[in-house]
Amino acid sequence: MSLYHEMPENIFVTSVDQLLGWSRKHSLWWLLFGLACCSIELMHTGGPRADIERFGSAPRGTPRQADLIIIAGTLTYKMASRLKLLYEQMAEPKYVISMGSCSNCGGLFDKAYSVVKGVDQIMPVDVYLPGCPPRPEALLEALVILQKKIQKEKYLRK
Amino acid sequence: MLREYGAVLLFSVLSIGFIFVTLLASKIIRPNHPNPVKNSPYECGEVPVGNAWVNFNIRYYVLALIFLLFDVEIVLILPVAAVYKEWLNTGFGLLALSELLLFIAILVVALIYAWGRGDLNWIKTYERANAMDELKNAGDYPLEEK
Repeated sequence: MSLYHEMPENIFVTSVDQLLGWSRKHSLWWLLFGLACCSIELMHTGGPRADIERFGSAPRGTPRQADLIIIAGTLTYKMASRLKLLYEQMAEPKYVISMGSCSNCGGLFDKAYSVVKGVDQIMPVDVYLPGCPPRPEALLEALVILQKKIQKEKYLRK
Repeated sequence: MLREYGAVLLFSVLSIGFIFVTLLASKIIRPNHPNPVKNSPYECGEVPVGNAWVNFNIRYYVLALIFLLFDVEIVLILPVAAVYKEWLNTGFGLLALSELLLFIAILVVALIYAWGRGDLNWIKTYERANAMDELKNAGDYPLEEK
């Protein structure tokens, strides 16, 4: 039983879409996935000063419960297959924030033989967050941008 | 009296109903795209290898059971110690003491049994394997492998 089929656009469907988007954007549970120094900033974002949980965004230990994965750090080819598997194991809807230069494009380790030149080579990315590393405020900004994106989505007519 | 249980009934119906309504609502609105990779066991990103149903040696369980023996003993004896003075005043002191000693004696029998069986030894012998060897050596029973 699913409402995921063709539906006309009317006031009921759009209202339900808005409600779903509103509830989804305020319960973005993210998978704990720290790869390098960006994950230190990620921890600070969870700390009392930045406090990412006031956006309804709680860290999770398993991809089954997570909607969002924040790639925080340098992704090596050895880790890439694991990351891909974790991403596949997440339940829909799933979103990706690429945090820091390394995960955006390889960053400082662009010329290294072992580093993936951008997370978007192996999985879709919703928000690219520049910085080396980005401050917790920047990560919150990325989260807010992602929330705006989620609010605009039309779940019932996907 | 009975009418007050109506609230309990209402609470039960509401709380059980809430679970099913929530599960039904999430079943209707959630996207559902299962695939073999997604359904594979979560092993922190690793591809699972082998079977999770393996045998392993649990030597602790006998020791834990014996610990339980003394644990329960303490739980039952400490309250007696707390009120023992009052019992002395009422004249039942000797009776309480003898019952206590009887209780401890029963448990000590269990301890002696465990000790005698060698359950307190950390390294255990394969008693069953030794018994099979003895049978083989006796020659009366031709026990061949396979």
